[in-house]
Amino acid sequence: MSTFDIRTRSKSDAIVLEIYGELDAHTAPRLEKELKKLIDEKFVNIIVNGSSLDYISSAGLGVFMAYIEDIRLQKGDIKITNLKPKVFNVFDLLGFPTLYDILDSEEEAHSRFKSSS
Amino acid sequence: MRISASTSELERIRAFVADHARRFGFNEEDVQDIRLAVDEACTNIIKHAYQWRDDKEIQIRIGMRDSEMLVSIIDEGVPFNPKNYSIPSTQDQLDQKKRSGYGILLIRKLMDKVEYRNKKSRNEIRMIKKR
Repeated sequence: MSTFDIRTRSKSDAIVLEIYGELDAHTAPRLEKELKKLIDEKFVNIIVNGSSLDYISSAGLGVFMAYIEDIRLQKGDIKITNLKPKVFNVFDLLGFPTLYDILDSEEEAHSRFKSSS
Repeated sequence: MRISASTSELERIRAFVADHARRFGFNEEDVQDIRLAVDEACTNIIKHAYQWRDDKEIQIRIGMRDSEMLVSIIDEGVPFNPKNYSIPSTQDQLDQKKRSGYGILLIRKLMDKVEYRNKKSRNEIRMIKKR
C-alpha cells in the first residue's frame, strides 16, 4: 500500500504542491500527471513543499528533470522547499542544487518568484 | 525474498532491506543508503531488464559477513552491461530532457562495492555496504 499523496493549493502568485510519503518509480507518475496538468493550464510558478516527503528515488527526481525546461521556457520555475535532510541528500548526490532553487521555506520561494517577475 | 517485478512492490522491498540493515546494526544514514540503492537496482530491473513485464520475478538475498552487508539481486531479463554505461551529467540530462541513468550513479555513490555477474540467463548485481 502506497503512502504517497499530493495536495495542491494556490498562494499569491504560485501553486504549491505538498508531497506526502514516498516518491519512487511507482508513485512518480502521479506527480508527473499533476505537473503536466499545471503546465497545460499555464500555471508555471510552482513550489514543491517537501516537508512531508519521507523518501525519494531517482524516478522521483526524474519528474523534475523532465518538466523544468518546459516550465522555464514559459518563464516559470519549480522551486523546492522544506526538504528533510535525508531527502535533500539524494538531490545533492545528483547535483540538483546547482540547477534548482532548493530553499528552506515556502516564503523564500514566494519572494524569489516576486523578485524575478 | 522473491517478489514480482512490479513497482508496486518497491515499498515492500525497501522495508525488507531496511529492516535487515537495522538488525545488522547499521546506523540510520547507512540504512537509508542501502534502501535507496536496492530500490534503484530493482527499478532498473523492472524498467530495463524486464521492460515493465510484471509477471517476471526478482530475487533478493541478504547476507552479513564480518562488518559487511551483501545484497544480491537476481533477475532473468535483458542483461545490463556496465561497460556501456557512462555517468550522466545533470546539465546534459536536462538539455536532452533525459531522466534515466541516475540509478546506477546513485548505487555507486551509496554502496562501497558493486559487481555485476552474468551466468546463462541469470543476471546478478552484488552490492556491499560496510558498517
